[in-house]
Amino acid sequence: MAEITLKVNGTKYKVEAAADTPLLWILRDHLGLTGSKYGCGIGQCGACTVHVNGESMRSCALPVSAVGKAQVITIEGLSKTGEHPVQQAWHEVDVPQCGYCQAGQIMSAAALLKKNPTPSDADINSAMSGNICRCGTYNRIREAIHVAAKKVKS
Amino acid sequence: MSTSSIQFDRRSFLKVTATTGGGMMLGLSWAASAAEISEAPFMEAMTFNAFVKISPEGVITIMSPNPECGQNIKTAMPMLVAEELDCDWSKVVVEQAGLDSTKYTRQVAGGSGSTPASWKPLRTAGATARQMLISAAAKRWNVSASECSTSNGVVLHTASGKKATYGELATDAAKMEVPKDVPLKAVKDFKIIGQSHKAVDNKKIFTGKQEFGLDFKREGMLIGVVARPPAFGMKIKSVNDSRTKAMPGIKQVIRFGNKVAVLGTSTWEVLKGRERLAIEWEVDTKLESSADHDAKMTELLGKPLEKPQRKDGDALAQFEGAHKIIESKFEAPFLPHAPMEPMNFFADVREDKAELIGPTQNPGSARNAAAQVLGIAPEKVSVMMTRMGGGFGRRLNADFAAEAAEVSKLAKAPVKLMWTREDDMTGGIYRPACHYLYRAALDAQGNVKAIHVRGAGLNVGNPLRENNFPAGAIEHFLAEGHNQQSNITTGPWRAPVHNFLAFAEQSFLDEIAEATGKDPVQLRLDWLAKAEKSPVGNFPYKIDRFRNTIELAAKKANWGKAPAGVFQGFSAYFSFNTYVAQVVEVTLEAGQPKIKRMVCAVDCGVVINPEHAINQIEGGLVDGLGHAMFSNMTFKDGVPEQTNYDSYRVIKMGDTPPVEVYFVENELDPTGLGEPALPPLSAALGNAIFKATGIRLRKQPFSLNGLRNV
Repeated sequence: MAEITLKVNGTKYKVEAAADTPLLWILRDHLGLTGSKYGCGIGQCGACTVHVNGESMRSCALPVSAVGKAQVITIEGLSKTGEHPVQQAWHEVDVPQCGYCQAGQIMSAAALLKKNPTPSDADINSAMSGNICRCGTYNRIREAIHVAAKKVKS
Repeated sequence: MSTSSIQFDRRSFLKVTATTGGGMMLGLSWAASAAEISEAPFMEAMTFNAFVKISPEGVITIMSPNPECGQNIKTAMPMLVAEELDCDWSKVVVEQAGLDSTKYTRQVAGGSGSTPASWKPLRTAGATARQMLISAAAKRWNVSASECSTSNGVVLHTASGKKATYGELATDAAKMEVPKDVPLKAVKDFKIIGQSHKAVDNKKIFTGKQEFGLDFKREGMLIGVVARPPAFGMKIKSVNDSRTKAMPGIKQVIRFGNKVAVLGTSTWEVLKGRERLAIEWEVDTKLESSADHDAKMTELLGKPLEKPQRKDGDALAQFEGAHKIIESKFEAPFLPHAPMEPMNFFADVREDKAELIGPTQNPGSARNAAAQVLGIAPEKVSVMMTRMGGGFGRRLNADFAAEAAEVSKLAKAPVKLMWTREDDMTGGIYRPACHYLYRAALDAQGNVKAIHVRGAGLNVGNPLRENNFPAGAIEHFLAEGHNQQSNITTGPWRAPVHNFLAFAEQSFLDEIAEATGKDPVQLRLDWLAKAEKSPVGNFPYKIDRFRNTIELAAKKANWGKAPAGVFQGFSAYFSFNTYVAQVVEVTLEAGQPKIKRMVCAVDCGVVINPEHAINQIEGGLVDGLGHAMFSNMTFKDGVPEQTNYDSYRVIKMGDTPPVEVYFVENELDPTGLGEPALPPLSAALGNAIFKATGIRLRKQPFSLNGLRNV
C-alpha cells in the first residue's frame, strides 16, 4: 500500500492503494468516478478511455504510479454539464444503444478532434479503432464526430 | 402523504429530503427525462396506475417496467403511455421500475417481445389516466365529460373556453374511478408514436453519470470475484487460500461448490487475491475439444431422425429419382455474447429476505434462481434492474445473479460480484455450435422437387425452425434436427438458432438460384406465389408482407442494376413476427472483397420511434457482419481458447460499411426489432462474396477462409 496523490478533473486527491493499481480502479473504487468503464482490463476495448495530459489513454492498463503529476480528465470532467461539442453531437445523432462504451468513445473522439479538427472517415476509423461498441453503433459514432467537428469549427 | 403517493420504502434510489414547506421533495436519481428536468426536484406525484404519476406542477412520470439493454425500450415504452395520455413529451420523466409481478407482466428483454407485448396494455394505461383527468375536469366545471377534450397535457372545454393542465387536475383526477374499456387512438391520430424522440438517458450516458450494474455501490458492501474451473468438465481437488487471506484488503475467501469467492474492499485487491489462490483442479467429466464437436456433428448429419420436425410429401423418394442434386454443408462455431459490461450483480441477503440489484434481461428469472439457491420464497427476493451494458441473451440467464446471492448469504454481507472479461468469455454460456446439411432435388427442367435440411447442434435443443420459408412452397420438404449433449453450456444468443440457420438456409437458396439459372430475388417471389396459390402444410409467415419486404429491399438497393464492379447478395428472413430483406454490396480490391453498402427493408408494423428502430436494425446488421466475419470460440480439452478481445475478434469501426434502413409502411400492430435484423445478414454477405469471387462461403467465421478485412 502506498499513499498516492493525483489530479483528476482539476481536483487533487490522496488515496491509499497498491502502486500497481490501474488508474481505472482508482477512479472507480476510490474516487467514485464510475463514468470510465471496465470492459477488458487489457487496453483492448477502450471503454476506460481518459485523457492524461490531453492524450487519450486506456486507464485499465495504466498503473496509477505512472500517472504522477499528470492532469487526468475523465468523462465526468470533459465539460461542466455536457456542453462539449462531442457530447452535444452524440445527442444530436442519438448515438447509443446500451451506452456502456460511449464514455470511452466520447473521450477518444474528443482527443481526436483536439489534434485533428477536420478528420476524414479514414482518420476517424483509425483513431477510433481501439474502441469497441458491441451494439454496433459505429456509423452513428462516425457521423457524430463529423457533427462535432463542424461545431468545433463554428 | 396521500395513499396514492409514491411508495418511499421500496425505492432506495429516490433521494428523499424534507422541505421547509413540509411536503416531500423527490430528486429521482434514476429518473430520466425527455426535457432537462430530470435532476430538478418536484412535488409529490399522484399515482394514476402502475405506469403514470403526475405532480401538481405538471411533471408527468412514466414508469418503464422492462429491462434496458440498449434496445431503447426505456424511451419506447413511455412513448406508448404518453401518446394515449396526450401529454407534452418534453414534460415526461421516465423512471425505471423494479421487478413487480403484481403491477407488471413480462418484465423481460428477450424474444424481441417488449414492444409487441406492451403495445395495447401501455397505451391503455395512458388512455385510462387521460380519461380520469377529463372526468376530474368535467366534475370541477360541472360539464359533461363528453364535451371535454385534451391537447398536449391540458383538458379543454371548448364551449365555455375553460381549460386546466394535467398538473392542476392531478390531485382530483387520481381519486376518480378507474374507467374500463377506454378506447385507443387510431394510428393516423398518433402524435408521439411514429416520431423520433431522443433516448431518455442520453445526457447521463454522455456525462458519465448513468449507473450500470458494475457502477452500483452500497456503503459497507464487499467486492467479490470468483475462481471457476478453468475447463468445462473440471472440478476442485484442493484449495490453499493462505496467500490470499494474508492480503490486507481481503476480507473473506469462501469455497462454494466448485468455485472460490474472494471478497474485499477494492476491485484490484480481490483480483490480485484471486491470482494468489492455489487451486488444484481435477477432471470431473469428459474434457471436450472443438475437433470432437466437429466430428460428432459430422456424424449426426449422416444420420436420419426417426421423427422429423417437418415432413411434407416424400422428399427422400424425390431424391432417389432426381435429375440433379445440390448438396451443401454449413458450419457455425460456439460464440460468447461478449457484452461490453461483463456479468455482475449486487446481492444483500439477510435472514429472511434478499435484495438483488444489477443488470438482467430477466429479473423474474433472477429472483426465482436466487430464491432457489437461498431456500426462501420468491416473494422474499426483490430485484431492481440497472441499465445493462449489453445483453445479447447472456443476461436472460440467472446464473450470475444466483451466484451473487449465494456468496452474499455465505459471507453474511452485501456483495457486488463482478466477472472479469476473461471470466465472462470463458465462464460460459454460449451460442451453440451447429452444422447443417441442405439438399435440393431438381428435375430435368431445373424445377426444385424436394428440399431436405438436416441440422445437428450441441446443446441447441431444436436446431431448426422447420416451418421457415421455403416450407409452404415446396411439395416435398423434410426437416430433421439432431441435438447432441455436451458439457459446454449454452443459452439464448441474439435470435437463437435463427442467427445461424438463416445463413445456411439463405445461402442455400442462393445456391439453388445459381444452379437453376434464376435470379435470387425472383426465385423467392416465385416460391411465395407458389405458397400463396397452393400452400403446402402450415407456415407462420404472411405472404403479402414477406413479398412487400423483399420487393422494397430490391427496389431500394437497385437490385440487379448495380454498376460494373459492384456485386450484390440477397437474403430475406422472417423471425419474431418481423420481416427482413437485405442486400449487401461488395467490390473487389486487390482480390479481397470490400463491403460497400448494406441495405435493409423491414416490416415490423407500426414503428414506435423511427430513429431508435433504425439504430437497432443497423446494430443487427453490424452484429451479423462482425460475427460472420471474425468471431470464433474454440475449445481444447474443455478450455475455451479465446479469453478476451485480443484473441476474440469483434467488429470495429473500420469494418463497418454504411447501412440503409427502410420500413414497409402499414398500420399493423408492432412486432419486435431486437433480433430480426441480425439473422439474414451473413447470407446476404456470403452471397455477394460469391458473386464477386466465385467462392461459396459455408463456414463461419469467414476469416477462416482467408478473408481478413472485408
